Amino acid sequence: MATAKSAKKSNTSKEELLEYYREMLLIRRFEEKAGQLYGMGLIGGFCHLYIGQEAVVVGLEAAADEGDKRVTSYRDHGHMLACGMDPKGVMAELTGREGGYSKGKGGSMHMFSTEKHFYGGHGIVGAQVPIGAGLAFADKYLGNDRVTFTYFGDGAANQGQVAETYNMAELWDLPVVFVIENNQYAMGTAVKRSTKSPSLWERGAAYGIEGEEVDGMDVLAVKAAGEKAIAHCRAGKGPYILEMKTYRYRGHSMSDPAKYRTREEVQKMRDEKDPIENVRDLLLQGKHASEDDLKAVDKEIKQIVNEAAEFARESPEPSLDELWTDIYA
Amino acid sequence: MTTEILMPALSPTMEEGTLAKWLVKEGDEVSSGDILAEIETDKATMEFEAVDEGTIGKILIDAGTEGVKVNTPIAVLLEEGESASDIDSGAKAAPASEAPAADSGASLDDTDTAKPMSTQPAASVPEPEPVEDPEVPEGTTFKSQTVREALRDAMAEEMRSDEAVFVMGEEVAEYEGAYKVTQGLLDEFGAKRVIDTPITEHGFAGLATGAAMGTLRPIVEFMTFNFAMQAIDHILNTAAKTRYMSGGQMSVPVVFRGPNGAAARVAAQHSQDYAAWYAQIPGLHVAMPYSAADAKGLLKTAIKGDTPVVFLENELLYGQSFEVPELDDYAIPFGKARIWQKGDDVTIVSFGIGMKYALEAAELLGKDGISAEVIDLRTLRPMDTKTVIESVKKTNRCVTVEEGWPTPSIGSYISSVLMQQAFDYLDAPVINCTGKDVPMPYAANLEKHALVTTDEVIEAVKTVTYK
Repeated sequence: MATAKSAKKSNTSKEELLEYYREMLLIRRFEEKAGQLYGMGLIGGFCHLYIGQEAVVVGLEAAADEGDKRVTSYRDHGHMLACGMDPKGVMAELTGREGGYSKGKGGSMHMFSTEKHFYGGHGIVGAQVPIGAGLAFADKYLGNDRVTFTYFGDGAANQGQVAETYNMAELWDLPVVFVIENNQYAMGTAVKRSTKSPSLWERGAAYGIEGEEVDGMDVLAVKAAGEKAIAHCRAGKGPYILEMKTYRYRGHSMSDPAKYRTREEVQKMRDEKDPIENVRDLLLQGKHASEDDLKAVDKEIKQIVNEAAEFARESPEPSLDELWTDIYA
Repeated sequence: MTTEILMPALSPTMEEGTLAKWLVKEGDEVSSGDILAEIETDKATMEFEAVDEGTIGKILIDAGTEGVKVNTPIAVLLEEGESASDIDSGAKAAPASEAPAADSGASLDDTDTAKPMSTQPAASVPEPEPVEDPEVPEGTTFKSQTVREALRDAMAEEMRSDEAVFVMGEEVAEYEGAYKVTQGLLDEFGAKRVIDTPITEHGFAGLATGAAMGTLRPIVEFMTFNFAMQAIDHILNTAAKTRYMSGGQMSVPVVFRGPNGAAARVAAQHSQDYAAWYAQIPGLHVAMPYSAADAKGLLKTAIKGDTPVVFLENELLYGQSFEVPELDDYAIPFGKARIWQKGDDVTIVSFGIGMKYALEAAELLGKDGISAEVIDLRTLRPMDTKTVIESVKKTNRCVTVEEGWPTPSIGSYISSVLMQQAFDYLDAPVINCTGKDVPMPYAANLEKHALVTTDEVIEAVKTVTYK
């Protein structure tokens, strides 16, 4: 059992903690199920699981308001679930079925929801970064106070278009929070093998962008940092960078043998830093919930995920006519 | 011996200009570096400096004169000891400098009789028949406009009618466009809607694409499409594919526009035609207009639509004037070719600046008794192959003309379509006239031969007509 290391939870309500627990558990169980379906051949192609990083999206979504936008990379299932997209629609997209968010035409890496202001799901590393700034540009142009969360990994941080976007975002004071999900490996390349920068968020300073490093395994720390970043953006002060120190337990994609790190390293992270176990401890130690209460939540989540998997298997493949639709307006 | 001061070429494509103002008068002594005059090119007003020292003996071209051809003597410089009486017919005068002559080889004209770019097409080809343009009602009046002005008007009209439309790109606002296409837009619409970007094509193409996903309607100007190579990932992978990848949920109404193809003497990295590249991409619409009217009508359609558009302009056409209908909202549908000239013996298919060679060839062929039907595709995706097929059913012969490379080209696609859909009507193999399969060279003579030429079009027509 993990040792609770977060000391700043005292003023977090029981309801909030339970909600974070529930949301993070949904992502984890969903991803485990996706991995299972992949193994059964029901999901094809690339499938990048978010297991281990759940606190990042759940903490930031807790800080976001209705109408705020989000855009991310191909490791996107967690972001979709956290912003309230239907697990059935997400899972059915993974299986390439008619009931998927993109009618089966996008797959794991390409999903969108105009209703939930989720703008993808982008398969090209770093491409979502200027897109996110563009969404923020649109909000500023339209004169509302919405903020866009633009997620990318430590690998994408080295893309030229990220630097280009930092420059424009600060130049034009765009309300965008750049969230670097530093899970420490760009596919199989450890951060220290790809850059000598001691920290990724500090690169923003070259463009005048403020930011900070955050314990991305601690959902409460994430939420607090998210609130600060959002306030900065809403106040018209331009972009803000949050570097989330996080960790993915699984391989880069389903086909990753993960020879670039040791089993022990992964196990140590799971034992000591697991975001879901941390909240579970807070709930139990704070007497906010009993083991039985949490078991009930587990059961409920399992049910949701099983229903999503069932839907994703039952939903028919798209009709062949769909090959030719949605290409032009 | 007196020295002639010649009208300078102040840009790679300048063939003539306006001598706006003299800053010296006859009798003034000048030395190297002194500003002699202000000259307006098609893009900007430039100061013209003296190269040699001496005394201004005579001013040959008055201030305010428009249309002064490059290399026209505009003044005579007297060296020490000479006087105005030494000036005679000018036959003895030596050019003041070896000006980069725009008509030496950089010109598009492959005949020795250089035609200025501003020549109305009406001078060489019949007026387009109104019946071919249902967007123009009978009785519509026309005005002469350059392609540059027509593009600007299209943007301005759409910006007036829809607040979501804005323009961004390098030098589009305060500089008014590297090629002056966005002239006046900053004044009318302000810095919120006419936005100078840093030099960051990949970034601003992605940003504009995101803004389009956020319900705005961006017009992205690439200073030239050569630089769009830095941004092509967002054009193809984001803009073109998002509607499909989102199952139809997301629209990306962005227009990527700017000059495409060879200009003049700017060599390999700045001279290439991307028509065939972009025409390959499902999810994009691709326009490549020739005339000012089509530039205006197609750009308006591009801006109004919800499909991402690659809009390929041409630097050498910017200054050309055409008749543009005076209509409140002249929008031309994509996927409809324009027949510029009816004919019976051969179908010449082209688009963009290729039309210049097609029309020149058609005119010269007409003198030889060969009647060519000339079709301007106007948009490459969607492409109006139906009009081409119908024409070939009549003429039984086809030549395609484009500036891009041959493998594969728009012409090779048209050949394939004709083989599949008009095989029994063809009396000769289709010939594709294209740019040569080489990077663009700098040397004037090599550049001229790297481009498609009117002579090649004529030869191709004679081959397919067995003349």
